[in-house]
Amino acid sequence: MDVNTKKTLKKCLMVVVLMGGFGYALVPLYDVICDITGLNGKTGVANEQILARQVVDETRRVTVQFDGTVNSDLPWSFRPAKFSMEVIPGKMYTAEYIAQNVASKEVIGQAVPSVAPNEASIYFDKTECFCFTQQLLKPGESKNMPVTFIVRSDLPEGIDVLTLSYTFFNRSNMTADEKTQGSDVHEKI
Amino acid sequence: MGHDSHDHKPKGFVNRWLMTTNHKDIGTLYLVFAFAMFITGGAMAMIIRLELFQPGLQFVEPDFFNQMTTMHALIMVFGAVMPAFVGLANWMIPMMIGAPDMALPRMNNWSFWILPFAFALLGSTLFMDGGAPAGGWTMYPPLVLQGGKNVAYLVFAVHLMGISSIMGAINVIATIMNMRAPNVGYLNMPLFVWTWLITAFLLIAVMPVLAGAVTMLLTDRYFGTSFFNAAGGGDPVLFQHIFWFFGHPEVYIMILPSFGVVSEIIPTFARKPLFGYVSMVYATAGIAFLSFIVWAHHMFSVGMPLGGELYFMYATMMIAVPTGVKIFNWVATMWKGAMTFETPMLFSLAFVVLFTIGGFSGVMMALAPVDLQYHDTYFIVAHFHYVLVPGAIFAIIAAAYYWLPKWSGHMYSERLGKIHFWWSTISVNVLFFPQHFLGLAGMPRRIPDYSTQFAEFNMMSSIGGFAFGLAQVFFIYIVVKTVRGGKKAEANAWGDAKGLEWTVPSPAPHHTFDEFGPVDLKKMAHGEVH
Ligand code: HEM
Ligand SMILES: [Cu+2]
Repeated sequence: MDVNTKKTLKKCLMVVVLMGGFGYALVPLYDVICDITGLNGKTGVANEQILARQVVDETRRVTVQFDGTVNSDLPWSFRPAKFSMEVIPGKMYTAEYIAQNVASKEVIGQAVPSVAPNEASIYFDKTECFCFTQQLLKPGESKNMPVTFIVRSDLPEGIDVLTLSYTFFNRSNMTADEKTQGSDVHEKI
Repeated sequence: MGHDSHDHKPKGFVNRWLMTTNHKDIGTLYLVFAFAMFITGGAMAMIIRLELFQPGLQFVEPDFFNQMTTMHALIMVFGAVMPAFVGLANWMIPMMIGAPDMALPRMNNWSFWILPFAFALLGSTLFMDGGAPAGGWTMYPPLVLQGGKNVAYLVFAVHLMGISSIMGAINVIATIMNMRAPNVGYLNMPLFVWTWLITAFLLIAVMPVLAGAVTMLLTDRYFGTSFFNAAGGGDPVLFQHIFWFFGHPEVYIMILPSFGVVSEIIPTFARKPLFGYVSMVYATAGIAFLSFIVWAHHMFSVGMPLGGELYFMYATMMIAVPTGVKIFNWVATMWKGAMTFETPMLFSLAFVVLFTIGGFSGVMMALAPVDLQYHDTYFIVAHFHYVLVPGAIFAIIAAAYYWLPKWSGHMYSERLGKIHFWWSTISVNVLFFPQHFLGLAGMPRRIPDYSTQFAEFNMMSSIGGFAFGLAQVFFIYIVVKTVRGGKKAEANAWGDAKGLEWTVPSPAPHHTFDEFGPVDLKKMAHGEVH
């Protein structure tokens, strides 16, 4: 192999390695872009500073709708206690979901929130949420799960309705059979 | 393998084919392999069209149907089209630039022999519990991860295919950059060589990204990572971004070498130099660059901010500009030329016309608002089959007819070639044109059953499909017959074709351009250009 070929080979291999790395770099990059733009509907967590910044306009009302689903792997029933509520941007509210384990085993679940429309998701912040931690339900146990949130007062005009949607996923190690146990119950809720 | 005598080919299967480092033999291996995969993938397409011949479920289970669509696409993309072009590159690039062989002959052997293993892995999933991958060639999670035992096989097969194409691409780059005869400048190179150089850069840039994406699928499935798993904080849409960052350049990987082939053939049979050589080079580079920044046109319906939809829409529409430059240059090359219509020319002409139809439906789908209607319907199936079948595949067939005399030393039968051409061209349109209407009327893709209002167009499409499939079996017959015997081909099989490959005897001796030295630039198609 002559020197030039060797050089070309090295350069090409460098490109290959760099692009392999780039593929993986897209993962954090995507998260950053989503944080900035709200692209994937992920919601924020409220902190003191955000709460202090709120200017409440008592005349403004937006509707928050609630939606809850379980992933097909999770033998739970899960639904919002109330399907929607009127809120004033900048004020704090609490809503509740109700979850029940219909399997004959302990199951751990993790809820993942998402807000539609995407543009609104960066203005939706939670101070407390059952989605911050994993939830364990004993066989047959039913539990009320609260979420405390504000819709920030700088929510752009023109957004009147937001939908907060949770999907609950199974986080315990179960066999495929155990996971589908009680899946017929899902239809009833 | 140091045999330096002239036409002394190694004896025995193992020495001649398994251990070969000769670019022509490896080219042949690639082409034969690609053809075998083309027939395999084609057989799967026949099963698909058989099931879709009538509404209702007749022949196969829905899950098997989905395995067929997935495997058909994977085999055609990675097993037929890409290896066929690597085969053409192996055969032609060294001869076109006055090089004795590829720059890295041993790696060349490896890059080919990996492929049969890759496809054995992939094919073995058909016989497993739970069957082959059925989530589509795009491998979107979470669907693809629910596929049973095949996930690991799918991922490793894709890894092997990726390694093979990366090695092939590096070889092409190293050959073109370092092995040109001393007086051959970049702007003397034939367009086939240029388009392949650019394709090779696309390959080394995006195949590693695909490898990364499927590795993430693998670890999500077996090692508890959550790249695409929402429960663990991941996002399935992320996969689509990574996949299409690979996927859109990939579709250009499959078409740029076709542009090169057609740019060689049309001047020969129009008996005029290629119009706008330099603009062709720039247009190819332009298309390659744009292909990196338009990927999300595959994701208009996934939920993007308005700005994103607009950006990807305009960027995609821009691709039509350099593509248009190419089409006009081909037409201008033929303008007032002394044209004759031998089979390679016919396939090239059909390429220009039918590829353009695919380009038009592409521009339609580039419009984000209307793509919401077209997305995941048969309209897009019609689009990509127009650019890939009478596009890429026709170019490969044209190349085979054009260079077969050089490879085999025999002329094919022009009469049989013309029959093959008309048979293919008519049937390919009967096959794919009605799918535009099906898509516009709302028939979804990747579905084994459909409602009765789609029945007529589906039946038409299936009939076209069977006819097209049969035509390619006929093509095997033509090729085998030509290799076995026939009219002896001259060194310059087409009389006055330009290009260094036509200065060596037909069939091309095992070793060509063995002495490194200047070549006669006047014999090159673009010898005068600098
Ligand atoms: C002017 C040029 C082109 C434009 C504007 C264009 C545009 C598009 C768009 C917008 C889509 C996505 C449609 C949807 O999912 O709703 C698409 C899909 C596709 N295009 Fe093109 N395209 C062009 C040329 C090509 C070429 C040259 C090829 C390959 C040789 C190609 C192959 C494909 C494939 C394979 C898909 C489908 C991928 C899948 O979802 O399975 N396109 N094209
Ligand atoms: Cu694309």
